[in-house]
Order: sequence, then structure tokens, then C-alpha cells
Amino acid sequence: MRAVREVGADACIFFIQVGAILWKDIRYELRSKQTWLGMGMFALLVLVIFNFTFDLRVDNKVAVAPGALWVAFIFASLLGLSRTLAAEREQGPMDRLLLCPVDRKAIYLAKLLGNLLFIAVVEIVALPVFVALFDVPIFIGQLLPVVLLGTLGIATIITLFSVIAATTRARELLLPLLVFPLIVPIVIGAVRMTQLLMAPAANEPPWLGLIIAFDVIFLSISMLVFQYVVEE
Amino acid sequence: MAVTKQETSVEHQGSTGKLERQGFPIASLILGTLSSIGILTAIWMIFLYAPLDAVEGPPQRIFYFHVPIAWVGMLSFCILAVAGIIYIITKDERWDWLARASAEIGLVFITFVLITGSIWGRTTWGTWWTWDPKLTASLILWFMYVGYIMLRSYMGRATSSAYAGAVLAIVGVVDVPIIYLSVQWWRGLHPSAEVGVPQSALPPSVVLTLMVSLVSFTLLYSFLMVQVYQLQRLQALAQRLRAIVE
Repeated sequence: MRAVREVGADACIFFIQVGAILWKDIRYELRSKQTWLGMGMFALLVLVIFNFTFDLRVDNKVAVAPGALWVAFIFASLLGLSRTLAAEREQGPMDRLLLCPVDRKAIYLAKLLGNLLFIAVVEIVALPVFVALFDVPIFIGQLLPVVLLGTLGIATIITLFSVIAATTRARELLLPLLVFPLIVPIVIGAVRMTQLLMAPAANEPPWLGLIIAFDVIFLSISMLVFQYVVEE
Repeated sequence: MAVTKQETSVEHQGSTGKLERQGFPIASLILGTLSSIGILTAIWMIFLYAPLDAVEGPPQRIFYFHVPIAWVGMLSFCILAVAGIIYIITKDERWDWLARASAEIGLVFITFVLITGSIWGRTTWGTWWTWDPKLTASLILWFMYVGYIMLRSYMGRATSSAYAGAVLAIVGVVDVPIIYLSVQWWRGLHPSAEVGVPQSALPPSVVLTLMVSLVSFTLLYSFLMVQVYQLQRLQALAQRLRAIVE
């Protein structure tokens, strides 16, 4: 009984720590507003550029639009998130955080949630613009679970590797090189799911299941190995 | 004080290095001889012993190179990940040298897989490339190898670099089967050429040739591993000595 209570207390402390780090990051971002604005503008620009690069017509819209949406999300996340963590490692907050007696898993989870929140804000802005610009027959409410789960998978990998890439000189270059090959399943699954919402088809493989499996597997692995990434 | 301490540690490293060096030429010699004999035999078998494929003709012979090289390329990534896991657990530098060696050789082999596969595909299916699961997984594996080597060269020889490499290898090795599955599902809707080895009714001479080729390329891989491992060890040692001098 006592052991159970101790485990409960540990879990409680763990989530308090996660909340504290997350709140710190949110307040920092609310003051500077650099990441959100930059990422959001970038995502919108990618969507606009895609309109020009693929001469959009009614017959190819369903094939092109989901790809454009996800490329915008992924590029914006990669660019924005590589900056936040790099600044943290260079200017020192990360070192101070590591000095605190905080579970490394809590740090990872807080960073992941913060990154998810950044991307979510960008997505909330970009989704209606996407629907308007591409004029696609889609209901945003249906798309939300796919966007959320896909973003979780992408953010899991990006958070882990942006900490690694942040220590190198060529982080803006290195991060996409490491992340893109790893998130191939998410890219395929999310784009195909988005396409299916626009033009339903029968006998599709369980894409959502694949995305959820990816999320669970890599969230667990990242939580386990994060301590080796941050410690020198 | 610190300098003397470092010097003794290097001397110590040097003495263990000598011990390893004594064992090194013998293993290297045996593996080198075996793999060169094996590869010569394999080449003879591939071009003279194995029967000519009735449908595909001579280009089919590239299959005897392609499959063993692909096997070594995959094996190398598994060894990379296992070495990474053991490094994380034991923190023994030698496992990191093994991982680096595995990545360098694996990249070479996977590159040859893509090249030989493309040539074979061109003659058989009439196209250099198709987004088949096996091909796509090999290509992604190639990108992972390149990413790994770039990461390691950017981060230098610090402990953090070894940890980062191990993490990348672990995540990568779990990801490859998922990528394979997702590409398989993705292409499931489209009529794609059934790629791969003809599974049924292989004549015994084909199987024998393939086996000889597989064994010889694995021997070649282990021979190269010994060489590159030694190179990694010497590079680490040289860098430590340079740090003392500077």
C-alpha cells in the first residue's frame, strides 16, 4: 500500500516537473513570439508556393493538396524547432535545467509537449488557409485526429534529434537529414489518410493504426534514450 | 600533473594496443585469404558454373552479387545498432569504434546494392527505379547511413557523439521494418512489378552459387571490419596524442 502511494507521489512529482518546464517554455515564447510567428508565416508561404508549382486543377487537387499540407507542416516544424532548442543549448538554460534534480524523461516530455503546442498553433492557422487556398472538400473536424497524431509522431522524432543536432555547427542542415528518413511512415500514412478524407476509398490499410503504432514506439524509445543525448 | 596523468593513460592505451596488434595480422590474414579465395570461387561459379537464366539471360547473374551485398548492407546496420546499445550499456569505447566501422562499410555496401539493383532492374523490368518496398527501404537505409556518418563527423570524437550515434542507430533499426511495411501498404493499391528473388524451383547449382557468394561476401565484410576497426582505434589514439601535444 505504501509502495503504491510512493509510486503515485513519484508520478505526481514527475508531472509537476513536466508542467513547470512546459510553462517556462510557453511564457518564454509568449514574450518573444519569434517561433510561432516565423513558423506560421513559413507554413503559409509553403502552401502558397505549392499553388504555383503544381498547376492546381480540379482533377489533380486530391492528389496534390494533402502532400502540400504535410510538406508545409513538416518544413515549418523542422525550421522552427531546430532554432528553439539550439538557442537553449547555446545560451545555457539547458545546462541549468540539467543541473536540477529532474528526471530526464520529464525534460523530454515537457520539450515534446512544448514543440507540439508550437506546431499546433501553426496548424490551427494553416488549416483554414489550406482549405481556402486549395478549395478542397474537407471538414476540418475530421482532419484533426490525423493532424494531431501525425504531428505527434513528427514532433517526437524532431524533439529527440534537434537536441542532438543543436550541438553541431550545421544544425539547420543536419536536422532534416536525420529526421526525414525516419519519419517516412508518418509522411506516407498522414498524406494517405488526408487523401482518404477528401476522396474515400475502400479496402485501405489501417493508416491511422500505423501512425498510432509509430507514435507509441518512438515516444517510448525517445523517452528511454533522451538521457544519453543530453548528457555529455 | 594532469599532463603526466594523461601520458600514462596513453601509454597504457599503447600497451593494450600492442597486444591487440599482435592478434591483428593473424585474424586479418586468415579473413583476407578466405574472403579472396571465396570471392574468386564465387566469381568463377557465377560466370561459368551457374546456369544461364532462360528468361532474363546474362544480366540475371548480377543477382549473385546483388543479394549477398544487400545482406551485408542490412547486417551492417544491425551490427551498428547492437554496437550502439552495448556502448550505451558498457560505455566501452571499443564498441563505438565497431559502430563507426560498421557504418562506413555498410554505406559502401548499400551504395553498391542500389547501383547493382538499378542495373538489374533496367535489364529486367526496363526501369532504373521503382518504388517497391525493398528498393525504398534500401534507399532510406542509405540515407540513414549517410546521416549517421555526417552526424559523427560533425560531432567529432567526443562521448556525446558516440551517444548520439547510438541513439540514431537504435531509432533507425526500429524504423526500417515500419518503413518497409508502410511502403508496402502505400504501393498496395498500384499494380507494381513483383520484385525480388524467384522463390520457387531454384536449381541446386543456383542455390549453391548464391550460398558461396553469400559466405564470401560476409567474409569480405568481416575482413574489412577488422581493417576499419583498427583504423578507428588508431585515429582515436592519434587524436588523444595530438590533444596532449597541443
